[in-house]
Parts: sequence; structure tokens; C-alpha cells
Amino acid sequence: MSKQSVELEILRYDPERDEAPHFQSYTVPYREDWVVLDAVNYVKEELDRTLSYRWSCHMAVCGSCGMVVDGEPVLACHAFLRDYPDRIRIEPLHNFPVERDLVVVIDDFIDKLGSVKPYLVPKEEKDVEEGEYLQKPPELATFMQYTACINCLLCYSACPQYALDESFVGPAALALAHRYNLDSRDVGRGAREDVVASNPGVWQCSFVGACSEVCPKSVDPAAAIQQAKIAASGDYFLNLLTPWKRK
Amino acid sequence: MSRRPYRREVSKTGWWLTHPRYIRYLLREVSCIFIGAYAVAVIVALWRLSQGRAAFDAYMASSHDTASFAFAVLAMLFALYHTYTWFQVTPKAMPLVFAGKRVPGAVIVLGHWAGFIVASAIFWFLMAG
Repeated sequence: MSKQSVELEILRYDPERDEAPHFQSYTVPYREDWVVLDAVNYVKEELDRTLSYRWSCHMAVCGSCGMVVDGEPVLACHAFLRDYPDRIRIEPLHNFPVERDLVVVIDDFIDKLGSVKPYLVPKEEKDVEEGEYLQKPPELATFMQYTACINCLLCYSACPQYALDESFVGPAALALAHRYNLDSRDVGRGAREDVVASNPGVWQCSFVGACSEVCPKSVDPAAAIQQAKIAASGDYFLNLLTPWKRK
Repeated sequence: MSRRPYRREVSKTGWWLTHPRYIRYLLREVSCIFIGAYAVAVIVALWRLSQGRAAFDAYMASSHDTASFAFAVLAMLFALYHTYTWFQVTPKAMPLVFAGKRVPGAVIVLGHWAGFIVASAIFWFLMAG
């Protein structure tokens, strides 16, 4: 007999009533083509309107619906019910303070993202009327994969380094810094160095690789960080050997 | 409505038990202890060799017990695991571009294994000779 329903155990936390989060169970219908987000939406629409969570696009593009499902950080819109057992445990992303239910506070990430200047720093500013900053396809290919980041924060949720020391700049921010450092139109590497090549930057990464394993967009932040380490080492020794060029 | 974000504690000592990938990571890191210890054993063997044949033979005889054998097997298993994990991550740290195209990660990994096998074969050939 085919499955009729599944049980969701959802972590609930109401800052006005609860001292600590607790799990609450809901029975929802099972549909072969439902993702976890559909089941959570069912809870919200049919069973319990007080449930809070973030979502928007339902197509793994907006990066809003990151949750920990059965211990694994996933996009709820990208995780099919059929791949899980009859009882599914849903938690907010790990390593972030829980604002309410499945909503986490991401201020720390937003600050870190800004600190790595994740935008093009061109050699010379141009007016819009002057056109684009041109680039050849092979130059684009060097960093293309890192442009796919949707800031869903699954990588931070999986990263034990970030879990143990919140000063770590973290996978997504460092991957984006590397993305712009690799861009042939960008000259901002020196301006990003203070953050990227610092101890809380790439050097705090011990290459667990969990970030890349959970990334839903195959960005591979672990690769970006290791390459940034090699670049930072090169810069260090070059700086040591050419003291007259120091800023 | 008041904000009171709840911070869930992470165990400083037990975090690595919360997911198999963390256990695999820690095994990779711990492998250096066994490899380092085996390197010390080899250095001691070389030192005893420098003292003459009798000293070296005595050292070798003293390492022919079950504990030494078990340690050698354990060190080899950890060394192989370390080698495997090291080769697996090389495409991440050293992406190669050939003729304008990125070399697939699997090719880089297989290249490392090929180098490993060739180096091992040369070593065994020299030892046998």
C-alpha cells in the first residue's frame, strides 16, 4: 500500500512564550511530487498558522528556504518527501540564532558579506553610457561557478569551523571574494586582502569540505577557499621578497 | 513584539559525532598522528642502522612482536586513507586549465593515483634489486 501521510517534527520557538525551542509534530498528506516546502506550506495553510519560516521562489533560486531536514542542511524546495522516511525532522539552519521557529538571524553573514566587497572594483570607473566592462569567455570561465551562489547559507549551517568560532568569515562570503578576485575586470584584491587573507578569513578554514557537499548550486566554496589560501601565501612571499613594493 | 533570538549550543568536544562527514574529516586529521609516529619509527631504524648491522638487526628483532605489527598495519591503513583524501581534494586546490578548458577533477585525481602507483613500482623495483 502506498504511503498516505508523513509526520513532520518541526522545531518551534516563540520568543515571547518559550524558554527554549521544542519539537512539535504534524501529520501531513504524502504526495509523490511534494517537496518538504510543500509539506511545511500545508502545515501553515491547513494546520497551524503560527508557524514561521522563510520561502519565496519554490525553485532553488532565491535561497530563502534553507532548513535542516533530518540532520542535513537543504533547500526545503529542493528536497522531495519521497527521499525521506515516514517521520521527518525539520530544524532551522544550524549555527545561527533562532529568531522564531524556522527563521534564523542572518545579520552576522550580511555583515561579513559586505566586509569582503562582493562587487566589481574596476580599474577605472565608467559611466553607464560608456558601456560594459568587457571580458572574454575564458576569463569568465575562471570564476563562473562562484557566481552561482544564492546566499542560502546551507554552507554556514554545515561548517563546523563557523559553529565553533563565529569570527570565521565563512564559506559563501569567501567564495564570493574569490569570485571577484578571479575576475579579469576587477582590481579589488588588495582591498579584500585584509579580510580574506586574515586569520578569521581563509586561514581559519580547516578544509572539512562540508560547505561544498551541501551546496545546492555546486559553487564549491571549499575549493575557492583553498585557492585563496594559495594566492594569499604567494602574496605573502612576494611581499617578503620585494620589500620596496610594499604599500 | 520582542526579539529574543535563541542560540543553540554546539558541543566543543562532541560536535564531530553529529554527522558522518565530520567523523571522516577527523579521521583524515588524526591520520597524521599515525603517519608521524611511523616516520619516527623509520628515523629510529635509520639511526640504529648508522650504528652498525648488529644494532639494526637488534632493532628489527625488537619490532617483530604483535603490537608493532598491528601498529604498522594501522599506520598503513591511515596512510592510505590520508592519500585517498589528499588526492580527492587536489582538484579543488589545484584546478588545471588545458587548451582553454578546465581539466575534469577525476582526471587530476587519477593522475595522482597513476603517479602514486608508478612511484611505488619504482620503489619496489629498487628494493627488490
